[in-house]
Order: sequence, then C-alpha cells, then structure tokens
Amino acid sequence: MTTLYKFHGGVHPPTHKAQSTRTPIVPLPLPAKLVIPFHQHVGNIAKPLVQVGDHVLKGQLIGMPEDGISSAIHASTSGTISEIGMQVVAHASGLPDLCATLSPDGKDEWIPKTGMDFRSASAADVRQVLRLAGVVGLGGAVFPSDMKLRVGKHKIKTLVLNGAECEPYITCDDMLMRERAAEIIKGAEIMRWALEAEQVLVGIEDNKPEAIAAMQQAALASADDIKVIAVPTLYPGGGAKQLIRVLTGIEVAAGVRSTDKGVQCFNVATAQSIYRAVQCGEPLLSRIVTVTGNVKQAQNLEVLIGTPVQDVVNFAGVLPDTDSYIMGGPMMGLPLPGAEVSIVKAANCIIASSPQLFPPAPPAMPCIRCTRCAEVCPSELQPQDLYWFAKAKDFGKAQEFSLFDCIECGACSYVCPSHIPLVQYYRFAKSEIWARESDKTSADAARERFEFREYRIEREKQEKAEKLAAKEKAAAEAKLAAAKLAEAQATTNVTPPPQTEAEAKIQAAIEQAKLQAAAVKPKNTEQLTPQQQAEIAEIEARRTHIHALASSEAESPKE
Amino acid sequence: MLSALLIMSGIAVVLGAVLGFAAIKFRVEGNPLVEKIDAILPQTQCGQCSFPGCKPYATAIAAGEADINRCPPGGEEGIQKLADLLGVEFKPFGGDTAAPKPKSVAFIDEHTCIGCTLCIQACPVDAISGAAKQMHTIISKECTGCELCLAPCPVDCISMQVIEEKIGNWKWKYPLYALQPAH
Amino acid sequence: MSAFFSPFISKPDSVSAIMLKVMLALLPGIALYVWYFGPAILVSITLASITALSTEAAMLKIRRRPIMPFLKDNSALLTGWLLALSIPPLAPWWLVVVGTAFCIAIAKHLYGGLGNNPFNPAMIGYAVLIVSFPVQMTHWITPHGMGATELSFVQQLQYIFGGTLPDGLKLDAVTMATPLDTLKTQLHLSLPVSEILTQPIFGRLAGHGSEMVAIGFLIGGLYLLATRIISWHLPVAYLGTLFAVAGIFHLLDPAHYVTPLFHWFSGAAMLGAFFILTDPISSPTTHKGKIIFAAGAGLITYLIRVFGSFPDGMAFATLLMNICVPLIDAYTQPKVFGKKEAKP
Repeated sequence: MTTLYKFHGGVHPPTHKAQSTRTPIVPLPLPAKLVIPFHQHVGNIAKPLVQVGDHVLKGQLIGMPEDGISSAIHASTSGTISEIGMQVVAHASGLPDLCATLSPDGKDEWIPKTGMDFRSASAADVRQVLRLAGVVGLGGAVFPSDMKLRVGKHKIKTLVLNGAECEPYITCDDMLMRERAAEIIKGAEIMRWALEAEQVLVGIEDNKPEAIAAMQQAALASADDIKVIAVPTLYPGGGAKQLIRVLTGIEVAAGVRSTDKGVQCFNVATAQSIYRAVQCGEPLLSRIVTVTGNVKQAQNLEVLIGTPVQDVVNFAGVLPDTDSYIMGGPMMGLPLPGAEVSIVKAANCIIASSPQLFPPAPPAMPCIRCTRCAEVCPSELQPQDLYWFAKAKDFGKAQEFSLFDCIECGACSYVCPSHIPLVQYYRFAKSEIWARESDKTSADAARERFEFREYRIEREKQEKAEKLAAKEKAAAEAKLAAAKLAEAQATTNVTPPPQTEAEAKIQAAIEQAKLQAAAVKPKNTEQLTPQQQAEIAEIEARRTHIHALASSEAESPKE
Repeated sequence: MLSALLIMSGIAVVLGAVLGFAAIKFRVEGNPLVEKIDAILPQTQCGQCSFPGCKPYATAIAAGEADINRCPPGGEEGIQKLADLLGVEFKPFGGDTAAPKPKSVAFIDEHTCIGCTLCIQACPVDAISGAAKQMHTIISKECTGCELCLAPCPVDCISMQVIEEKIGNWKWKYPLYALQPAH
Repeated sequence: MSAFFSPFISKPDSVSAIMLKVMLALLPGIALYVWYFGPAILVSITLASITALSTEAAMLKIRRRPIMPFLKDNSALLTGWLLALSIPPLAPWWLVVVGTAFCIAIAKHLYGGLGNNPFNPAMIGYAVLIVSFPVQMTHWITPHGMGATELSFVQQLQYIFGGTLPDGLKLDAVTMATPLDTLKTQLHLSLPVSEILTQPIFGRLAGHGSEMVAIGFLIGGLYLLATRIISWHLPVAYLGTLFAVAGIFHLLDPAHYVTPLFHWFSGAAMLGAFFILTDPISSPTTHKGKIIFAAGAGLITYLIRVFGSFPDGMAFATLLMNICVPLIDAYTQPKVFGKKEAKP
C-alpha cells in the first residue's frame, strides 16, 4: 500500500453530491446558437481564422494558437459563423471578450478525423497534435496541456491524475470516472509515455467508491504501472499541490514547478481529452458539466463548448426563484454575470443559486484573532495577518507573509466566525500588486526612453558642434593656405640674393620639388580629344553596367 | 571633579575620532536620496510639477526646495510613498498643482496630421513615430500620458483617450462592506 | 459587481456563539462558587453585565458605530463576567461598576473596539482596581462552614448597595484574605508551610472552597478544549510552567514553598489558564507563540505570588505578556507550505 501523507488544515463542508449522481451522463441537445470565446485558456488569446459568413464543420480550427503559451479554438458543431465580436464572457469582471457566434446547421458534420498511434510518433508530434486540438487542463486551470507534457531537465518520476474533486456539489469527474474509466487510463498511458514517467498515481477521494472501483478495474487492463489510490475526503484535497503532497509527500512551494520535484499532475478529464485527441483525432469540443443547485433534476450533461448557460440550466429544470448562477463550486466558484454567457473549457459545474440555497453572508464583524483561519489553511499561511495587511493596503508586508502562496481555496473564509470575506481581500491585494508591478515596469521603460532621448539630443548637439568646428577649421586652413600661396608667389618674384651657399642649395631644392610636383599633376584634363572622350565614355558605361548587375543580384533571391 | 571632566572629554575625543573616520571611510558618493525619490516618481516627464522632468523634481525634493504634493500622475499614493520615504507628513494635492486625472494615452487623428514633427520633438520619451512630411503615430505602449504633445500640434490633431478597463487590465476592487444594524 | 463572491457557504459559527460557549463553560465554576460562598457572586455578575452592556452601547454611540451587532456579540458580557469573578463578591457596587466601565470604555473601545485591544480588558480592570482600591479588593467573602459570622443574602445586598453592615459587625469579621494572601502573610511570619496549611482556611489541595471553584473552572476549561474553542497550547503551557517552577522551588525547600498543586488550585490560575489567557484578541496567533506567551505568564505569576507584593500575580502576568505579543508573533511565524528546510 502506498503511504499517504497529510496536508495542513482543510475543512469538511457538506458535500451535496448525491443529488447529481443519480443519473448517467446525458448529452445536451444541440442549442440554437453557440458563443465560443477565443480566450478560454491561460496564455495568449487564439487568433481568429474565420470570418463572418464562413461555413465551418464540427472540429474545424477557428482560432489558431498564438506564439508562446496559447491554445486552439474549434467549432463545436457544423454551421455558419454569424458574428465575431465582443460578448460578455464568464469572467469575474463581467467585461466582454472576443467571441465567435456559431449558428448550427443541425447536421453535426465532422471534419475528417485521423487518430495516430502515439508509440510510433515522437513526443513533440504528440504535443503538437494536442496544441492544435485545443486540449487544456479541464480541472479549472485551463493551462495548455501540450506545454505541461514537456520534459525539462528534471526526470519525471510520478504522473499524478487528479480525480479527487474535493469541492461540494461538483460530480463531473466522478461520473466521468464511472463511465469512461478505460479512456482515462488510455489517456494516462499516453501522458506517461510522453513524460517518460516511472509510475502513475490516480488520487480519488474516498467518498467516490464507484469511481474508485471503475478506475481500478480499468487500470488492471493497462500494461503500465497505474495505481488507483483512495485519499481521505478533505477540502481542498483536490488542489494539485495538496494531492501531490498526499500521494507523494512532496511539498511543492509556490513559484516552484512540480516538475522540478519530479511530479506532474493532470485532471482525469484532461487525460480523457488527450486520449480522444491523440487516438481518435477529436479536438476538445465538449466537456461534462454538473448542473445542480436550485434545479428540478440535478445531473451531469455532456455540453458543447459555447453552449449558453441558459440552455444548460433549462434542461435541468431551473426553478423560478433562482437569482444567479455560479460557475464552479461553492468554495471557489465564479458568480456569472448572467445566464447568457456560454460554457467554456473551464466550466466544470453550474450551480443555480437562490437566496435559500446560498443565503447572503451575515455582516462582517471585526477580526477577533481567533486564528481558526490559520488552522485550516492548506498552504500554512497566516490568513489573519494577510487580511490586516491587505486591508491596510500594506502590500510589501503582505508579500513578506507569502500572499502569493495563497491558492484562494476559501477554507479561511469558510471558518471565520466574524464572516470576513478574506479571499476577497487577497484577490484585491494580488491584483493591486500585479498592477503596480506593471506600472513600475512601464515607468522604468519610460525612464530609460527619456534618458536615451536626453543622450540622443546631447549627442546630436555635439555632432553639430563638431561639424561646425570642422567646417570653420577647414575654412580657416583654406584661408591660411591661400595666404601662404600668395605669400609664396610674392616671394618667388623677388628672389633675394642667396646670402649663404647653404641657403642657395635649399632654394634650388625647393625649385626642384615644385617642378617634380608639376610633372606628376595631370596636366591636361580640360582639353580632351574626341578619342579620349570616347574612351572615357566607354569606361563610364562599363562602370554603370557593373553597378546595375551588382544591385540586381542583391535584389533577386539567391538559390 | 577633574578626573570626571578628563574622562568625559576623553570619551568625546575618541567618539569624535571614530565618527570622523567613519565619515571619510564610509563616504557615499552622490546623493542616493535623489535616486530613491526618482524611483517612486512615475516617470511621465510631463512637467506638471513645474520642473523639467522627474529627476529635477526629485533633486528639488531632496534639497528641500519642492513640496511632495506636486506630482498628479503619481496620485495620492505617490505622495504617501514620498512622505514615508522622507519621514514627513502626508500633504494632499492643492494649491497650484493640478489634481490627478485618469490614466490616458495620446491619439493622433491621421486625417488631420500634416507631418510637421513638432510633436515628435516635444515627446519626452520618444513615443511618437514619424518623420518630416510622413505620417505620425503614437506608440501607445510607450505613451505616458504627459500631454506635452498636445500644445505644439499646429492642427490640433492629438487627443487624449482614457485607458479603458478591459479583461486584460481589470483589477479586483477594494472590498467594502457596511455593518448594517441587525434587524 | 454585487457583493456575491466565493465562498458562498460558511460554517455556522459566529463571534456571539463562541462567546456564549465560553460563558457556558464558566457556569460550573460559578455554580461551585455559589455553593461554597453564597449567592453574592451572582450580584456582582449581574451588576457587571449591566454595566458592560450599557458602557459598550454608550461607547459605540460616541464612536458612531452600529450598536446592535456589537452588543449581540456577547464580548462585553464575557468581559464583565470575568472581571466579576476576579474581584471579591462583597465589593461595593461602585467597585464593580467602575472596574467594568474602565474595562469596556478604556481598555477596549479607546483602542478601537472589538478585535483591537492589545491588553486583556478584564485584567486591565482588575489591575486598576487592585492598585486604586487595595482595601476593598482584599476583603474576600468567607466560605461556608468555616465558623465565621455569615451574612444573609439580604444583609449582603445591603452592604453591596448601601455600604452598611448589621449592627455590631465589622467588615473584618465577615471577610477574610484569600488563601494565597494568608499564605504570604504567614510565611512572612516565618511559619513553616506544614504548619500554615493546618489552618481551617486551607482545604485538601489549596484554599477551602476556592479549590473547588478552581476545579469548576478546570471542568469548564476541559469543555472548551473538547469543543475546540480554545487550543491546548495556552492552558498546557501555563499550567505546565507553573507546575514546573513551583515544583522546583517546593523540592528545594518544602518548608517555605507550597506544592505545585496548591498553586494550580488557588487564586486565578485555573480561571486564567482557560479563560483569561485564552482571550484571542490579546494573545499570539501562532502555536509556538502561544506556548511562549503562556509559559512567560506562568513564570511571572509564580514570581509575583512568591516574591512579589501582590497575593496573586495572574493579572499582572497576563498584562506583561500582552505587551510582548507583537514581538512573539513576529519571531514565531511558522514556515509556509513547501518552504520548510526539514523533510516532512
């Protein structure tokens, strides 16, 4: 048996999972329109490849990954692109982002799909396939999976598959593991091969016995060393760092990559998408979404990316007193600006919320330093200190107390008896610090440009001054030379009688030098004979021809 | 009595010698305070502080000739940081300096631009690209919003556009909650 | 954006619930107090409660804060109860009122109200009273069955509110010094401990009657530990240090130093370990810090009890360690996940 480790803190919120695991996964019927954002992943926004009016097939690439960290976007079904513009997306700000609106034609026609045998390809090829298939982390972090499959200088000993799903209400991974365990395991094999990992550990919380059984069954059929391990149910045990700690004992600090410690962690749904992309040639077009909360029939649906949330909740029978929707779980979820936003790759769960289900928090009292928050923090931080510093906007101290180690799991806010919205303070502090850092970078750049400008102006002034000085100097010299020449001519007309023999010799030498100089100088450049002129013209013509040849060679590309 | 006097003077001489030695051995060249102040200033080089750039303003503050509340682009936060650094009282904006404005960048209306290069010569960070009789354009990423280009333009084709809040630059707001009296 | 953000759920706990549970935990001790010393203590508690709530309301009004949420959080009530339990039950009504008002108005609100006081408010009140009114503060009620003259409840009320005693009775006849006080004065008279402890004021472990009250507070404290309202670090460190230091002195010189158990069950040691030191606002936030804080308080309590001029050092020990809390916090910050040098 693998030894299991513990992580500090953690809470036990009521799970509310039974209501959505009664029925199997059902595909959601095709919606009337799909709104597909181009930015559903960490990194650069995908570049649109289509225009309004284009007809696209299911799985067709409509957004090309940009350079660096980026991923692809595809048409989730066949139809026509009716709009490309800014629409409200599932983001905390409620601000719009670039989206493609797709009107389905009902045929659901696929592009030609070609799978590959990954064992006969190179890891780089497999990664390229995944990049163009738009496969990103489906646990919620939506980091491009192809980049996570890169092997750096550290050997990867363990591949961890995250089937913990620790947040209440969410059951999409649970149902996926129950129904498609074989595909997940096959995906794990591909990832293990790409990372050259020695072993695969699948962590599943022990409140999912059916999923554990299904995955264990599927793992037996695999030739690879894949162990399915039940971990204790404790929120936030599904956090990547927490699961790595529980399964391997390794503590990956903030700012350190887990690959530096020889571990890489993926969500089970990502593993399944990797299998479908590599083996079946299917890009990431849909995902399992748990729809639960204030609905008649809580269930798990297979939803196409870009489906409006309204369609999803209507299918589950949303009740009339629902006043808002949450994307994600009740601990870390995002309140949606409205039901018109669409399902994106990160949408693992939609909770229909009503004032009865999630009553508004009682008014916050002052902090009484009870340190219940510090007791439950999985990152072993001091949330009350971070709260005081964030409240006072003392960002330097907040960073000293490891603000950026906070994973925003919400356990601290959950236990606070004064009901202080702690995570809001940390989010505020983090975004302020990032904004200040970017301001500082711009200010430093501006200072550099300003200083260079000053230097450039100085340099131009100096160059001008030098030129002017040189000109004046030349003019002065010319004047001096002319004066000397005039003087010399004046002196030759009146040759004084040589006073000594030496002086007479010097005089003779000077005369001789003058005659020699005259002999060297071209004597006749003015009156040219026609023959000489013709010769000169021929030479000039040859010269220009050579020049023309040289410049044309430079323009035409070399072979 | 005499011994006490001698001892005290002896200590004074020794300590004075130590201080003098330290003043020579550990001398710091230049005025690092000016650099520290300049690091806080936003480098807009706009001249709203009535000095020709951020470094001259920093020098004036270090010399005690200028007040710390003369820099609108730095905002109230900049004043607070200067107050903390210098150990003086915070002083709000007022008097003859303008109040801070929302951050904006310049924009040249290309239909009206005549290519005179007067704005290029005015920009303190060389954020305008162009040449004589060629189209001029603002390099938005480098523009600090100092507005020094607005005045020289003879055809008044430059306008300031407030930087919009987009998903890329959106920030969480300061959490404000009011304690309501319980019902 | 509306005020709707994650997490959307929270544990059903609140400041008022916590304070209420702490007051519940005080009940065994109070019950035993009434059993052994009569109901006068209830008068003090009632007086303290009324004063605490009215002072809190007045201060909130002056500071222009919402009143009801803070009154309902029971923190002022708890402070009043703790102060009432620290001062003699037969104290004149104005002593209780002045002490409680000082706690709430000065030690709590002038520092910023709930959550901001660096000193334990109840102990500040106690310290002010014992320094300003030493006479009234050292006349403690006699326990039942000691053969001393006892006042009826009505007579006690008359004294508390009217200041009058029945004819012919002097205050000294119906009150006494605390066991610790008696011990100190007797030791100064160079009597050995073994002889002192034979006096009727002393029971099996410590003072007659008050040792049972201490046991009551211990029971309450164990309840708090079991329901995880307080963590074990503070009580264990305080009682442990007190036991250890007292034990060392007792072993070295049993004739002049009493047993550690005596120290545990006399004075405010039990009350302090579980209820006073554990005030979350004025104690450190880190586990290591709590241990250092409580150990320091234990040591100082012993030193004041044995070598100082006050009979019990709990209050001053608490206040002195409260001063050190920011320093203790700064030096005991635990290492963050992933940044520890030692292997897990």
